[in-house]
Amino acid sequence: MSAGAPNPGTARLVVRPDLAAELHQLGDFDAEACMNCGVCTATCPLGIDVLPRRVLRDAVLGLDDRVRAAGEAVFSCLLCRACEADCPAGVHISEDVRLLRRWLLTEEGSR
Amino acid sequence: MSLPVRDVAGVLADNLRLRGSVLPVSARRATRWARDLSLPRGGETVLYTGMMYQLVPYIERLVALEQRLDGTPLARLSGLARRLNRLISLVPLAARPSRAERAEADRVPAAVARLLRAAGVEFGYLYEDDLYAGALAHDLGADSTVAAHARRVAAIFARYGVREVVTIDPHTTYMLRTVYPRLVSGFDVRVRSYLEVLAERGLPRAAPQAGRVVIHDSCLYARAENVIQAPRDLLAAAGLTVTEPGRTRERTWCCGGPAEALYPDKAAAVAASRVAQLRAVAPDCVTMCPICLVNLRKAANGTLRLRDISEYLREGAAC
Repeated sequence: MSAGAPNPGTARLVVRPDLAAELHQLGDFDAEACMNCGVCTATCPLGIDVLPRRVLRDAVLGLDDRVRAAGEAVFSCLLCRACEADCPAGVHISEDVRLLRRWLLTEEGSR
Repeated sequence: MSLPVRDVAGVLADNLRLRGSVLPVSARRATRWARDLSLPRGGETVLYTGMMYQLVPYIERLVALEQRLDGTPLARLSGLARRLNRLISLVPLAARPSRAERAEADRVPAAVARLLRAAGVEFGYLYEDDLYAGALAHDLGADSTVAAHARRVAAIFARYGVREVVTIDPHTTYMLRTVYPRLVSGFDVRVRSYLEVLAERGLPRAAPQAGRVVIHDSCLYARAENVIQAPRDLLAAAGLTVTEPGRTRERTWCCGGPAEALYPDKAAAVAASRVAQLRAVAPDCVTMCPICLVNLRKAANGTLRLRDISEYLREGAAC
């Protein structure tokens, strides 16, 4: 489904509204609690700019092209939970990333 | 990345489903560490290795192979390798650790068994039924395969009448204590790390150690399982002065190991960063996870002495 005609000079985004619902079906996906404060990104030992908050936001918004494009970041994650230690919203980030991996490895996620 | 994620994850999940371990090694090899210990088979309390320490030399050999294949035409055959691996296990062909590497991997479970005995703990061992707990497949999201494997492990515990499991590494501890209860209905086995058991029981201080060590917390022990104070208390009781790196306890810094199977270069960079943090504090470092030990040791390349905590404790208890 298209988000509508893009404005000149902006990228066209394809929105898949049921993406978050699919992730919820796989497990305890709780990325909606993320406030996008960026503490997680600042503490990530890998220092990947899209991980985790941008990937989580894209997943919640249903931007599946972006989520699939971030596959390397998702599978690079150490699941070390350094990001969770200081998350003010208590998001279970490593479990969310693990569920994204599961989704990406399914036929649905790898189309 | 080196090899396609889907093929690597697929091989690991296939192995767990077909052969009971992500990297199948023979039962004779996996139980070799116990051959001189006369441990009883089974019992209400068992020492459960989850094969983690025993598998590490094989993981290292496979990662080295993956790095050699990276960028070569052979890397494009990973899909074929997965299909072939379903018919015949490729691990014994692809990974052949040296005798010295295998012997080192066996030292930790043997040391833990001796420590538990010295502390007066009565326990048995499941030998060939001591299966890998599924950590790597779980990390990669192979949930249905891991759930089936967890039910298999739970059935083994039920068959032996196991009520309590004593684990020796953070990944097996996390799987059995936190993940299995979500996957297996009615899973009510008590799970504790040997570090928690020893800290509660106390160890004989037969040969007090001297020296200063820097401690490297495992991410899972520190942030998921609250195994933080026990190793410090045990090392102090053994006579050692424990020093802390800048990032420690709940804010410990990852060794990079979890990325090694798919992205060895990224794993090495994180490990190098952690080695620098540790080396700034002391030249001797204590680890408590097999993945941390090998990954940090590779990054240190001789500039930091790394040993598993069980070896320090065994020397202190003279067992």
